[in-house]
Amino acid sequence: MAADTILEVQGLELAYGTRVIQRDLGFSVRRGSIFAVMGGSGCGKSTVLRSLVGLLRPAAGRVLVGGEDYWAGDAAQREAIGRRFGVLFQNGALWSSLSVAENVALPLRMFTRLDNAAIDSLVRLKLALVGMEHAAALSPSELSGGMRKRAGLARALALDPEVLFFDEPSAGLDPVTSKRLDDLILQLRDGFGQTIVLVSHELPSLLAIADDGVFLDATTRTAIAHGSPKALRDDSINPQVQAFMRRERLEQEG
Amino acid sequence: MSEANSPKVTLRQDGAHATLLLSGAWIGRSGDTPRPAEAMLPEHGTGADRATPASIGFDATRLGRWDSALIDFLWQLRRLAAGRGIGFDESGLPDASRRLLSLLDDSRPAPLPPRRGPGLLARLGGATTTALTGALNNTGELSSLLGGLTLRAGAASLGRARMRGIDLLDNLYDAGPSALLIITVVNVLVGAILAFVGVVQLRRLAADSFVANLVGLALVREMVPVMTAIIMAGRTGGAYAARIATMQGNEELDALAATGIPATDYIVLPAVLSLTAMMPVLYLYGCVVGIAGGFVVAIAMLDITPLAYIQQTRMSLPVGEFGFGLLKSFAFGLMIAVTSCRIGMKAGRSAADVGSAATSAVVVGIVGTIALDAVFAVVANAVGR
Repeated sequence: MAADTILEVQGLELAYGTRVIQRDLGFSVRRGSIFAVMGGSGCGKSTVLRSLVGLLRPAAGRVLVGGEDYWAGDAAQREAIGRRFGVLFQNGALWSSLSVAENVALPLRMFTRLDNAAIDSLVRLKLALVGMEHAAALSPSELSGGMRKRAGLARALALDPEVLFFDEPSAGLDPVTSKRLDDLILQLRDGFGQTIVLVSHELPSLLAIADDGVFLDATTRTAIAHGSPKALRDDSINPQVQAFMRRERLEQEG
Repeated sequence: MSEANSPKVTLRQDGAHATLLLSGAWIGRSGDTPRPAEAMLPEHGTGADRATPASIGFDATRLGRWDSALIDFLWQLRRLAAGRGIGFDESGLPDASRRLLSLLDDSRPAPLPPRRGPGLLARLGGATTTALTGALNNTGELSSLLGGLTLRAGAASLGRARMRGIDLLDNLYDAGPSALLIITVVNVLVGAILAFVGVVQLRRLAADSFVANLVGLALVREMVPVMTAIIMAGRTGGAYAARIATMQGNEELDALAATGIPATDYIVLPAVLSLTAMMPVLYLYGCVVGIAGGFVVAIAMLDITPLAYIQQTRMSLPVGEFGFGLLKSFAFGLMIAVTSCRIGMKAGRSAADVGSAATSAVVVGIVGTIALDAVFAVVANAVGR
C-alpha cells in the first residue's frame, strides 16, 4: 500500500443474501483526494459505500483503512476506525428527535470529554461553516432538502474526521443549490485537507469536484474503469462509460 | 500528548502591533486548546505591554497539526477583535485556515438555542393540563398537539441537562403520565363490571358481602396487571415499534451505527427502562381506581355501608397480593418494551414496514402478556399462592 493511500479496497464482493451486487472490486483512495464512486442507478454504488462505513459486511475481500483491515477486527475495533469517518447520508439522516444543533453536538458528547462551552463553540463553528447557524434550534422536519444536507454535513464534520463519505450529495437538489454544495465541499476539503469519498451519478457535480474515481457497471457487476471523471470523459474507450459520459457532454453543449 | 506538542498561544507585543505565536497540535477533541479570551488578555507581558494593541497578526511557523479547534479559536478571536476595533491580520496564518475563515461570517452573534427545557414539575403540570383539556374536548388532537409542543421545547434544550437524561425523561413521560387517562377509564370500568357481575351472582347465594373480596382479588391479581399491560402494549409498545421503524427508514439508525453510537444505548435503553419502571406504578394506580369503580357499583346495588365494604376489601387483600401483581407488571413491562423495540429495529425501510412493525408489536405484546400471565398462574399455583 502506497504511503499516501488512506483507503484501499481489494477483491471486494458484496451481496444481499445470494444476490451478488458487486464482485472482485478493487480501488484505492489517495489521502486528500475527492474520490468518486460512479455508475448508473442500481449498479450498487451506495452498497459499496455501506461496506466502507461498516454497515454491510462484504461477502469477500478486504477494506483497508490506513493499512488496517476494517472488517477483520471485532465491532469495537471497527468503531475505533469508524470514528475517523464522517458520513453524509442521502437525505441527511438527521436524528429527528433532536434539534439541528443537538444533532451536531451528539457525536461530540459521546466521544469527547469536552465541556459544554467547548462543545457549543464547536457546534456553532460547524453550523457556521455550512451556513446553517440561523437554523440551530430548528428540528429536522422543519428543514428543506438542501438545509438537511448541510446540517448532515455539519454533523459529519463534528469530530473532524479524516475521511468524509457522501451518499449522493446532490440528489434531489436544484442545480444552483447543488453547485453551492459542491463549492462548499471543495472549500472544506481545501481547508481541512480531508479525504472525501462520494457516491454519485450527477455528472456536473462529479466533473466539478472529483479528482479520482471508479466506474461501476450493473451488468458485469464490477468496476470497468478507473480514473478521474474528466479523464474518463475524454479518454475512456469503454462504451458503457462513454454512454454515461456522453450524455453529459451533450448536456453541457446544449 | 507531550508538552512540546500541546497547543499554545504566546503573545508578543511590538508597540501597537501584537503577534500571536501559535504552536503545537490544535486538535479539538483533546480539549486542551486555549480560549481566545485568554489570548487577548495575556498574562505574559508586564505593565506597558498590556496596552490593547491596534492590530494583531499571527506567526504560525511552529504550528503543528490542526483541525476545527484552531478555526474556532481564530473565529472567536476575530469576532472579539472586531468588537474591540482591533485590526485582524490573517496573513501569517496557513492558507487552508484562511480559506475556512473566509466561509465564516462575523456579523451574526450566533446564539445557540436556549438549553434548558421545562423542569419535571412543569412537564407534569403541562401534562395534567394537557390531559384535562384533551378529555374535555373529547379529542386526542389537542392533547397530542400540546404534548408535542412540550416535548419539542424539551428537545430544543441542548443538554446541559444531559442528552440521555432528557431521552429517559421523554420516555418516562410517554409511558407514565400520558397514559393515566386511559388507564383510569379502563380500570374503573373493569372494577365496575366485576362488581356488577359479582352482585348479581353472589346475591343468589346470599353471599353479597363477598363482592368486595371478588372485586379486590380479581383486580389486584389478574385484571389490573393484564389490562394495564394490554393497554401499554397497544399504545406504548406500538409507538416504540413505529418510531424505531421510521428511524430505520430515514437511515437514522445507519447514521447512529456509522457514528459509532450503539442504537441500543441511545434508543432502546431509555424506552425499556421507562416502560419497565412505569408499569408497576401504573399497576398500583390501576388497582386503586379499579377498586373505586367496584366500590361505587357495589354501594349503589347492595345493602352495605361504605365503611363495611372498605373494611371487607382490606381484609381480603394481604400485601403479598400486591407484591405478586407488582412482579407481574414489571415482567409485562419489560417484555413489551423489549419485544416492541426489537420488532422496530428489525423492520424494513418502507412505509408499509412501519405499519406492520406497529401491528406485530401490538399483537406480540398482547399475546405475550396473556401467555406470560398463564405462566405466572401456573407458578403461583405450584408455590401455593
